[in-house]
Formats: sequence, structure tokens, C-alpha cells
Amino acid sequence: MTRNDKNPESGRRVAVSVRGLVKHFGETKALDGVDLDVHEGTVLGVLGPNGAGKTTLVRCLSTLITPDAGQAVVAGYDVVRQPRQLRRVIGLTGQYASVDEKLSGRENLYLIGRLLDLSRKEARSRADALLERFSLTDAATRPARTYSGGMRRRLDLAASMIGRPHVLYLDEPTTGLDPRTRNEVWAEVTSMVRDGVTVLLTTQYMEEAEQLASELTVIDRGRVIASGGIDDLKAKVGGRTLRVRPADPLELHALARALDDRRPTGAAATVHTESGEVLVPIVSDDQLTAVVGAVTAHGVTIGSISVELPSLDEVFLSLTGQRTSAPQQVTPELEEVAV
Amino acid sequence: MSAATLSPATPAAPTITIEADPKISLRGHLRHTGALIRRNLLWIKQDPESMMDAVLMPVIFTLLFVYVFGGSIGQSLGGGQAAYVQYVIPGMVAMMSMNIAQGVGTGFNEDFNKGIMDRFRSLPIGRGSVLLAKISVELLRLVVAVTIQMIVALLVGYHINGHWAGLLASIGLTALFGSAIMWIFLVLGVTMKNAQSVQAMGFLVMMPLQFGSSIFAPTGSMPGWLQSFTAYNPMSALADASRGLMTGGPIAHGLTVTLAWTAGLTLVMAPIAIRKFTRKA
Repeated sequence: MTRNDKNPESGRRVAVSVRGLVKHFGETKALDGVDLDVHEGTVLGVLGPNGAGKTTLVRCLSTLITPDAGQAVVAGYDVVRQPRQLRRVIGLTGQYASVDEKLSGRENLYLIGRLLDLSRKEARSRADALLERFSLTDAATRPARTYSGGMRRRLDLAASMIGRPHVLYLDEPTTGLDPRTRNEVWAEVTSMVRDGVTVLLTTQYMEEAEQLASELTVIDRGRVIASGGIDDLKAKVGGRTLRVRPADPLELHALARALDDRRPTGAAATVHTESGEVLVPIVSDDQLTAVVGAVTAHGVTIGSISVELPSLDEVFLSLTGQRTSAPQQVTPELEEVAV
Repeated sequence: MSAATLSPATPAAPTITIEADPKISLRGHLRHTGALIRRNLLWIKQDPESMMDAVLMPVIFTLLFVYVFGGSIGQSLGGGQAAYVQYVIPGMVAMMSMNIAQGVGTGFNEDFNKGIMDRFRSLPIGRGSVLLAKISVELLRLVVAVTIQMIVALLVGYHINGHWAGLLASIGLTALFGSAIMWIFLVLGVTMKNAQSVQAMGFLVMMPLQFGSSIFAPTGSMPGWLQSFTAYNPMSALADASRGLMTGGPIAHGLTVTLAWTAGLTLVMAPIAIRKFTRKA
């Protein structure tokens, strides 16, 4: 694979390696040849809309389902041929909190500890340590069904951490949580990564990927449509926005006219009165020069000029937008949505 | 993948040495099953009402059959209600096998519709542990139900006539057959969409097998087609064996047929249940 030497991840070992993974459910190709790598101690964000195949990917990688083709190796173990060894080194936190609602927080963790072959004593002390670590000590003896959404999710994370996993899968860990609880979960994940855990995170939220992941793989309909570092991806997609501010705030509209008359990029400029800026979408460095030229030709002095990379939302839209132009791949549901 | 690529290249798969996946030791299996049994017992502690069916069903069934039908069926047995009590109680011990077994599928299905099964299946435990733990706890419920059943039976005038060993053997046989039946309901629990359909399906299977048998009445007066059904119905065999054991009557035929059904059902259904459980998408 091509490695960018400036990238901090390039020297690290690969903890999760997926090649050509395929999984069908009847006629539907949930995974259609997925390739990805997660480097040791990093967070890979797997981004995609509902039904893109994110959960299927996680279920394959945690041995819950068997892929139809391809290979996946996690911490050196093959998902198909060494499932038991693999299960010992992974942690899984699903989209729905997978804890036993009828058991207390402590009993939940103790149970998982015993199933991971800890002695009774070890299982007890590990449970207590994790309850403490995830701020659940006060609620330790209450049934999990009385927990709030955030507490449940924290208990779920704690349960995933009992076996000191090498690789942790987080399948949409904050779906359905309120912003405050979401921030709590993010903080926990960040601190787990600091402890050296490798994380594969699936999410529909760009903000979440930006917050937690260092690298991204964008999947749609079971295929990887883009992958790389977050900044690389943004640059690759282009679609930057130029923010031009006149030296004299009173010249804002003159500046807007200058850009509107000449249309140096062919696209319309927008005036942001509150920020005192004119925004121009550009796709190349030539267009940047053309904008500056047009403004100078109009006799307006530029106070400041900045280039803004697109948000992940925009990256995602532009990537999935490309795909819909290939009509032979359009599934009936998506056609309905398009109509 | 560090460089941004819009059309990802497919590099060669990494070479790894595959060492055989180690088997789980017997101790490991026992530890895992024990931990899961503890979980199911904590459920009962947490929610004692879940024992209501095991406690109340035998009371209601016994009172209903003895006092509603007992007098008239007993007459044909040549001894009135007292004779019917002697007839029906061993049958009811047998009936518990299916009544309790039915519940196993419903609970299991509920587990599946929450995320907890995914967690269990992503842990390095034996494939049968979760199922065996469930069956163990249901067998415990079965023993509780039969015990209550016998207490009520003695209260309504059942005479054990010293056949205590026979009673214990009958309970053991019921438990054994019950565990075989549970595999069927576990398969239903894994494959069906929700707990309601599991319950409805369980009811459909259970009713003809229970009532189309020698549990509640001798089969001699039934029409020919029904007699052929009851003759092959394992519930009849179990009820006959139970009756033989608890009253000192003949047991050979009932016992053989029951044990054959138990072995057959377990050998066929247990692997299917474990397979469905492991492969559930």
C-alpha cells in the first residue's frame, strides 16, 4: 500500500486488516469487497449512511457473522479460522447497549469477567475498578434498566473493557444520545485510546468522526468510496471556500459587486454581512489567483483572505453524490427517495 | 491507509500463520455455564413474579381437573373422584415437562431482541454454554413446579402408597424429557421474530400433544384416529411411564418410548439449536 511518510501512522503496525470482504444477505450485498486497515493505537472512523454496511462490517469483524469472501485479520487472528482466539482480544459496544437490564451494573461486569475466564476474585475486583473508572460506583447495585441512557452506554463500554481488549469496536456508540451524554462517551473513548486501545468506530455523524478518528474510511452500499486522513480527504474532495474581507468594511458591497460582475470562478459570491466577508466557492488554486486578480482590478483593497476546507458533511455529500450518477447501481429504495 | 485515495487500491492480503483455534477446556465450559446459570437465577431473584407460572399452573390445573372432570371421568374408572386423582396426578407430573419447556423459547427470544446475545456470542465461550445454562435454570423451575404439584396432589387426596422412589424417578424422567423438548423451543426462540409468535407457536404444538394423550383420560374411549395419534404421542408414553413408576404399574413400554424420544429429540434438535444460535445474523 502507498504510505505517506509524513503521516504519523505510517510506522505503526496494523491491528485490523480487511481485504475484499464480501457479505450477502439474500440478494443484498451488504459488503461488496471492503478493504481497510486500522493501525495500532489509532481510531479509524468508518463513516456511512444507514444501510451502508457499517454494522455488517463490525459483525463480521467480531465473529458474529461469517463473511462470504475476503479476509479479515484482527490482532493477528483470522476472523473465520481463529474465532475463539480473536474473541479474546476484542471488545464490542453495539448500537444498542448490550447489557443485561435485569442485572445490576456490578453483576453485569462480573458475569462478563467470569465468561472471560477471570477467577471470582479477579472478576470482582475488575468489575469494581471499571465501575469506578466509568463513574458508576454509586449505581453499582441497581438493575441496569434503571440507568439513564448515558449510564447504560458507559456500562456497555465498561463491559467491553473487562478483557483489556486489544481492539475495540464501537458501532455507532452515540446514536440516540443527547449532546451532553454524547460528550461523556467521547471523553471515555478518548481516554481509552490514550491507554493504547485500537478503535474501529462506525458513525453517521461527521462531528463524531472528526472528534475521535485520525483516519477515515467512507463506505456506501458495502463499498469503500474514500479513505485517508481527515484533512487529506477534505483536500481531495476540493470544494474549498474562499473568505475575502475588504480592508475597509464599507467596501464590502463593492467587493461583492466586483466578484459578482466578473465571476472569476463562474460561481456566484455570497455576502456575509455579519462577518463582513464575501464567500466564494473555489475548486483550484488558479481560481484563487483569479479571485484576487478580479478584486484588485476593481480597486478594492483586500484586508484578509482565508481558504476554508469543507466540513465532513460536505465531503460526504460530494462523495456519495458522485455515486448516484451511476444509474446501474441505483436500488429501488433510492430511486423512490430520489422521486 | 494513510494517503487519501478515492478509489482504494487492493494491496496483497497480509500473510499470517494460522495456529489451530484451541478448544475450550471442560473446566472452562463449566465455569461459563455456571456464570450464565447464576445470571438466570439472578433474574428470578430480581423478578420473582417470573416464577408465578411454575407455582400457580400446577395448583390451578390440579384443582380444575380433579374437581371439574374428576367425578365423571372417575366413574368410568370405576371409583369416582378419588380414582381419578390416582389416575391424573402422575399424568400431570409428566405434563409439567412441556408446560415449563415452552417458556424457555419466549425468554430466549427476548434475550435475542436485546443486544446481550451479541455480547455473549462475541466472547470466547463454548457455543452451547448459553443454551445449557438456560435449560439448567428451566429444569430447576420444573422441579419447583412438580414439587408444588405434589403438595397440592397430597392435599386433594392423592395416595403415594409408599412409591417415593417411583415418584423421584418419575420427576427425573419428566426433567429428562423436558430438557429434550426445550431444545425444540430454543430453536423456535432463535428463529422466530418475537416472543409473542414463539408463545403462539408453542401453544399450537403443546395443546394437541397434551390433550391428545393419556394424561387426562384413558384413551380407550377415544375414536380410532385419535387413538392412533395418542399411541405415538410421546406425552402418552411419558404419562404412562410416570403412572407406572408412581403406582407400581407396568413401566417398560412407556419408559422405553420416552427414552427413545428423549435421545432422538436431543440428538437432532440440540445441534440445530446450537447452530442456529451461533449463525444467527
